[in-house]
Amino acid sequence: MNNIPMEACLAISTLMFFAGVYGFLSRKNMIMVLVSLELMLNAVDLNFVVFNRYLYPGQMEGMFFALFGIAIAAAETAIAIAIIINIYRNVKRIYIDENITELKH
Amino acid sequence: MKLSEYLLMKPELSLIVVFLLLIFYDLFASEKAKKHYFPVACGLFLVHTIVCFFFCVPDSATAFGGMYITGPAQITIKHVLNIGLFLIFLQANTWLSRPDTIFKRGEFFMLTILTLLGMYLMVSSGNFLLFFIGLEMASLPVAALVAFDKYRHHSAEAGAKYIFNAVFSSAVMIFGISFIYGACGTLYFAELGANMLYDPLLIMGMIFFMCGLFFKIALVPFHLWAADVYEGSPTNVTLYLSTISKGAAAFALMAILYKVFPVLSNVWVDVISIIIMLTILVGNLFALRQKNMKRFLAFSSISQAGYIMLSVFSGTSLGMSATIYFIFVYVFSNLAAFGVITAIENKTGKVNMDDYNGLYYTNPKLALAMMIAMFSLGGIPPTAGFFSKFFVFIAAMDQGHTFLVFFALINTVISLFYYLLVVKAMFIKKNNSPIECVKTDGYLKASLVLSMIGIGLVGLVSCIYEYFASVSFGI
Repeated sequence: MNNIPMEACLAISTLMFFAGVYGFLSRKNMIMVLVSLELMLNAVDLNFVVFNRYLYPGQMEGMFFALFGIAIAAAETAIAIAIIINIYRNVKRIYIDENITELKH
Repeated sequence: MKLSEYLLMKPELSLIVVFLLLIFYDLFASEKAKKHYFPVACGLFLVHTIVCFFFCVPDSATAFGGMYITGPAQITIKHVLNIGLFLIFLQANTWLSRPDTIFKRGEFFMLTILTLLGMYLMVSSGNFLLFFIGLEMASLPVAALVAFDKYRHHSAEAGAKYIFNAVFSSAVMIFGISFIYGACGTLYFAELGANMLYDPLLIMGMIFFMCGLFFKIALVPFHLWAADVYEGSPTNVTLYLSTISKGAAAFALMAILYKVFPVLSNVWVDVISIIIMLTILVGNLFALRQKNMKRFLAFSSISQAGYIMLSVFSGTSLGMSATIYFIFVYVFSNLAAFGVITAIENKTGKVNMDDYNGLYYTNPKLALAMMIAMFSLGGIPPTAGFFSKFFVFIAAMDQGHTFLVFFALINTVISLFYYLLVVKAMFIKKNNSPIECVKTDGYLKASLVLSMIGIGLVGLVSCIYEYFASVSFGI
């Protein structure tokens, strides 16, 4: 376990986070946007766990934060999916660039 | 852990009791008994407000190992949020009596009260974990509220925009918190403030954290979601978002800046002063070209958030009292403005500024209320808005931010222009088909009258500001 340097773990979580940011900005399907958001939240959880495991192994604060982060990510997905289903019922498509563009300027 | 520590959380406990009573009433009461749901819910919340006001002792204390902090300033901001939310409830009656919303009016009260609980936790958090939970509790149910009008596409669209932006911003925010944790090894505000060093990792964490929180307060350049969401959501939810949500988030940001990041103040002072100037300027310039009243008030509330931040970042107890006072006055002014919009929208469905032409000749009382609200938002004496801006400028001048105050003053003049455009439309412009005489229900009238009293008295009764000044603390 300790053969892996901390920087490698952090690099993975940072990559995940910014892949999520890229997906959030470029994807057109709302479900894929939601997946990108999950990627970002999970990258943060990974960050917390890595910091806790490598730097402060005596305490559990980072782990707890990660647990709560997972729970809150689940709650957020539930609400977002409900809203997306509602949009689907209204207009039968869920594309960001054609279905939710009525409010602007 | 001692169970007696729960007694420090009196506002939260009382709010949970109200929530449980309402949920049981909604689930188990018969249709006939539920006819009185609205007055009962408002009454229960009023009881909660009064109980908080008289039984919450404003002592400084911490509970649960420093997770939960309570003090005079926290209790005061909770009173402000309570009063604001009570007046918002009063305005919601006509909307909640519509056939497509009447069967889910219980949900409106429950979701709103839960978000208020989240704001309580956020305001009195002593740990980033509790702060994060409170922030999410305060923003996720709001997404459901924004998408409340199920069959109106604009509402669902605004809900989608809100939830994506809220989650994106909280992901960025906890990314920052993870770096703060990595640099310091603790999440408690007290320990962080005491052990903080001038560390690059920490500065990066702080910037990420602030970006996330600025999204919530809708400061420029993180403001683009605000106008769309405010326009699309039901008017009462817009009001809730633009006053209570924003005030609570601004107070929480202030508490964190004072408690956690005083060491890095030379970093965040520069960042925040640029953001304040951008926020006030861009909010004003975009408000100038709006035709829809809700969008117009959205941009006006963005520029008002800039003034709130101007007092937040002074970092003194003067700044804190100015912030609480500004939020208090801003809640009343916005309530009055949105109350008039709600009254007219419920009756006619019109929300454009051109529809307001000649309003004075058909609805003199509503036009007068709107005029006073606009004067208060613009900062014309003797309304309370003048005094709140005055104290904000004093607090910023006191710390030597002369240029910022000068810039904000110029922008106050610009903002007067567009606030007075509404007044001009109502009083001077002629209209061949003006809005007919609007009859409002008693609750909305009461809310408007209370807001008018608030705008009139909060500025003139000096003991209110003195009370705020006595509870506030600085770095």
